[in-house]
Amino acid sequence: METFLLPWRSLRRSPSFTGCDMEKKTVLRKPKGFIDVYKHKPGAEKDRTHYCPGCGHGILHKLIAEALEDFDLVEKTIVISPVGCSVFAYYYFHTGNLQVAHGRAPAVASAVSRANPDSVVISYQGDGDLAAIGGNNIIQAANRGENMVVFFVNNAIYGMTGGQMAPTTLAGQKTTTTPYGRNVKTDGYPIQVCELINTFTAPVYVTRTSLHDMPNIRKTRTAVRKAIMNAKEKKGFSFVEVLSMCPSGWKKDSLQSQQWIKEDMIPRFPLDVFRDISEDAEAVERPVPVMDPEEVKKIFGYSDFKAGTIQKNPEANFEKVFLRVSGFGGQGIMSTGIALANVGMEYDYNVSWLPSYGPEMRGGTANCSVKIQEDMIGASEVTEPNIIIAMNQPSLEKFEKIMVPGGALIYNSTLIDIEPSRNDVDIYPVPITGIADELGDTRVQSMVSVGAFAAITGLFDPEEIVRLMPSLFEGKPDKVLRMNEEAVRRGHNYVTENFSV
Amino acid sequence: MSESRKYPFPEIDSNICKGCKLCIAACPTNVLVISDKLNSKGFHFSEYIGEGCVGCGNCFYTCPEPSAVIVYLKDYVSEEVS
Repeated sequence: METFLLPWRSLRRSPSFTGCDMEKKTVLRKPKGFIDVYKHKPGAEKDRTHYCPGCGHGILHKLIAEALEDFDLVEKTIVISPVGCSVFAYYYFHTGNLQVAHGRAPAVASAVSRANPDSVVISYQGDGDLAAIGGNNIIQAANRGENMVVFFVNNAIYGMTGGQMAPTTLAGQKTTTTPYGRNVKTDGYPIQVCELINTFTAPVYVTRTSLHDMPNIRKTRTAVRKAIMNAKEKKGFSFVEVLSMCPSGWKKDSLQSQQWIKEDMIPRFPLDVFRDISEDAEAVERPVPVMDPEEVKKIFGYSDFKAGTIQKNPEANFEKVFLRVSGFGGQGIMSTGIALANVGMEYDYNVSWLPSYGPEMRGGTANCSVKIQEDMIGASEVTEPNIIIAMNQPSLEKFEKIMVPGGALIYNSTLIDIEPSRNDVDIYPVPITGIADELGDTRVQSMVSVGAFAAITGLFDPEEIVRLMPSLFEGKPDKVLRMNEEAVRRGHNYVTENFSV
Repeated sequence: MSESRKYPFPEIDSNICKGCKLCIAACPTNVLVISDKLNSKGFHFSEYIGEGCVGCGNCFYTCPEPSAVIVYLKDYVSEEVS
């Protein structure tokens, strides 16, 4: 090799590339970063890629696979496949892989990188994927300076779907969706992603290279290796844009395609190293978030909360509570559910509470699911309730249908003047709103419901609920507590006086 | 490969080659040509004329197919034998 001054000479001397001496190679063959036989690829042709003749993806794939082999990173690398022609990267790379929703590769790569800080994470994306639907994903990942490499293959069109206009399509360029050429007055200008990424503080390496001739393929090789080395050394976010041929989409042969990059693309997408602070960048070590239950209790003011101190009623009418509370927003639907779940916790039951409501704060429909039981709770949504508290007519009509036979149907007889249609459940008409109004405040109707629930199920003693009032209504004035205590007793008494439970 | 071959030289898998001609354009010594023959996929494949390779690796790096081109460099034989 002494007789030829090869372009990678300078590369070899760079301190970033120690231990991967190009000149030690005595043969150039398919890199070990590729799977030997593409066994995941369907069909008979497991010895070749699906890419069209002259496609730039294969060249970039080879440069990446070679770098991974040379740096001994094949086992440590996770490639995130985009949507686009290169979605099938998992056929070829002998690495970990996740194939993700359109444009979301940087978001998923962020998570993969945080969860596997010692891995090399590669987000491999095309221009439709990265610059259009995934535009915000790449911006946020770059701005956070996530430890990852992004390879952005820019061919100025949507290749896989047949050559439609992409954000990077040149002004005047004809595509299947711009048959008269891209009109900047209606379609805007080609987005220059490297220039955009370079406006952020965090990225360490931002460069644009091209595959249009050998010197530039070698420059691309240098950029690929530098970016991957940055990821290995956890130096943060590296972004390599590669101008790449799409002979099929451009309706050109491969050499005309290279010529088109040189003459048409590069004027709009100048090749440059926009930023390179790789040498000075320090390894990014992110704190791993740890949830400390004691700290969480403090934040929510539960530090004095002692669960499970009240004796359970062994003769309760229900072993498991699958409750659906439903009505208008503002009828205390959510507070009823939360109060019952909290009381259940004081009885040392496993509990869950799951709200469901429309976008309106008040006046829309709302319901919540509550589970109270001895066993562990799996899903917290109640799809087959054995108890219903219906505060208005639409709720009664909706939820009585999904009740299990033998359940208890409590409905607000103040506002509902129809009869439930089910005859295989126990029905308890309780004037919940009426009782609350008698006490002087409609808002206490949630505690009337709680009292009625306690009486019907036999799970809770109303006087125990009353004792829990200060924790259920923490920080509320005494007057409010007294009124809610009375509401629990009145709801409980109404049921015991009018029904046999 | 036969022992009489002179290193360096490229080896092109005529069956995998898709005939894109990028290697022919990239070769500094013009020792690659497109074949008159067709391979099983109907492509005119690229082939080495048999001498003149300088082992620059251009054909390997410009080829989009990972396994279509192998370039045996100058020192290949001696290393393999030892």
